[in-house]
Amino acid sequence: MLGSGIAKGLKETARNFFGSYTDESRLVTVQYPEEREPLKEATRNFPFLVYDGVDPAAGLRCVACQICEKECPPQCIYIIKDTVKKPDYTGKMQIQPKVFDIDVSVCMSCQICVEVCPFEAIKMDNEYELSTTDRFDDLLLRKDGLWKSNEYYHKIHPTEAAEVDRRLAEEKAKAEAKAKADAEAKAKAAAEAKAKAGAAPATPTPTTPAA
Amino acid sequence: MEAVDQAFVTFKHWVLGYVHPMAQPWVSILLSIIPILMVFPVLFGITTILERKGLGRMQNRLGPNRVGPFGFAQFVADGLKMLTKEDIVPRAADSILHFIAPFVLLVPVLLAFSVLPYGRNMVPIDIDGGLLFFFAVGSATELSVFMAGWSSRNKYSLLGAMRGIAQMISYELPLVLSALTVVMMVGSLRLTQIVDAQSASLVGGLHAWHVFTPWGFAGFLLFLVAATAESNRTPFDIPEAESEIIAGYLVEYSGFKYALFFLGEYLGLFAVSALGITLFLGGWLPPFAVLGAVPSWLWFFFKLLAMIFFFIWIRGTLPRLRTDQLMAFAWKFMLPMTLINILIAGLWRFSRDWQLPAGPFGVATRWIICALLLLAAYYFFGRALQPRLAKRTYRYAE
Repeated sequence: MLGSGIAKGLKETARNFFGSYTDESRLVTVQYPEEREPLKEATRNFPFLVYDGVDPAAGLRCVACQICEKECPPQCIYIIKDTVKKPDYTGKMQIQPKVFDIDVSVCMSCQICVEVCPFEAIKMDNEYELSTTDRFDDLLLRKDGLWKSNEYYHKIHPTEAAEVDRRLAEEKAKAEAKAKADAEAKAKAAAEAKAKAGAAPATPTPTTPAA
Repeated sequence: MEAVDQAFVTFKHWVLGYVHPMAQPWVSILLSIIPILMVFPVLFGITTILERKGLGRMQNRLGPNRVGPFGFAQFVADGLKMLTKEDIVPRAADSILHFIAPFVLLVPVLLAFSVLPYGRNMVPIDIDGGLLFFFAVGSATELSVFMAGWSSRNKYSLLGAMRGIAQMISYELPLVLSALTVVMMVGSLRLTQIVDAQSASLVGGLHAWHVFTPWGFAGFLLFLVAATAESNRTPFDIPEAESEIIAGYLVEYSGFKYALFFLGEYLGLFAVSALGITLFLGGWLPPFAVLGAVPSWLWFFFKLLAMIFFFIWIRGTLPRLRTDQLMAFAWKFMLPMTLINILIAGLWRFSRDWQLPAGPFGVATRWIICALLLLAAYYFFGRALQPRLAKRTYRYAE
């Protein structure tokens, strides 16, 4: 009969109306500046630079190889290499970036810099409240605005950071093993050479005159 | 209690006692106009915030809750915003018509308030043809809608205005015809007399509101639907239709002229709700005689708020109609139903003289006969309105 649908609809809205006062879970509104929804782990917007340890300048993983700068589609990264090498967190001598700027007003959050970085030095941040009163200088992030600790990285992307740490530890172990093996091989070679040098005068090779 | 009930009336007489007899009519008019101009615009502000909050709750949202306690000062902020906004008139617009259109809406609506009884002895002007006057000034609002739409020189405005005119004229007829039954039964167009006619006592001190009779109930529902359409509210808001013609005839209005249109529309809603209360819901009469201790004007405003809540509820529930559905509903359902309701009202009037057994059984017999006839008419007209569509079969979906 005409009107039965209207009655059904009125019942539904009445239930919503009274239900929203008695049942808090019906209200889906998140009152943003005071309340925030927790971000999803895969949230990303702009890149940042990871450092290890406590001193950002010393622990920066970036070695200023400029791969990200070349790969960046909108060309928002600007790097100047430092002229002197400094020891990185593993103690190896590396070049560090003297200048590392990202213009976040240009960045399109494509994550390609993260994909191409061989040193796990640049990662995606999830900081989204970046509004400023100065659209030029405040949106051009400098090196000291970009570096963030590995702990921070663990906090925002725990799974990914754990994976990165595992990989870095593996590489470090491999490198150490290789260094050790190299050192051993070198020592062995040196010892052999020494032994050879010691033995050479005693037994001159017979083939020498023939050559 | 009598003193509280008549407080405003005695105050007016007290003030008039100090005025020179020559000036008395003017002071009397002023003392009637000022409260109307103060109460109803404030009620408009409160209604906007209640509407936004109510609609929010119906959609499981919070609604505005920032300005003032629980957001109830939102309408003050909105009003200030409207006042400070730039008033833009399109270059091609007919600037004179564009300017006066909001006033042409507001003035008749305010005039309509002058004949409504707000409480016992509280009616600004008690004229013989009160109902006629109300409908006469009420139909002037259509002029303003078309003025606004035409003068804006904008296709959306014109479309909205033409839709508005078509809708308002179509629904004017059921509105007047549904009110006609009351005039038939009471035998007067004077609104105070219509209220007095409902003060008879039914069982248990229940006042004989017209809505308790079969024709009154049907008439009240028809009046509600027609009133919703007359005041351009959802589901009959196709003249505005934000999603299709971006607010229709209001497209080119900004700033305070826009606010005036809204004020006019809401005041029209209040006026027509107040008329519905007067005609069918016993005006300022309490439902039971024992509740007469509560002042009559409080009853009136309580009923008015209930009506407003009902309109908000309807707005939160129903989607907008299509123009052809709207017209079909007006001419194929509303008009025949109101005509049949007039016949039933006549039947009710003359069945009073039938030789029925006295007591509640006799009344119930009349009641049931009239109600069944109306219900049958409702069923058949309603069925005629249903779309007769074959069940659609899908070749590729499913």
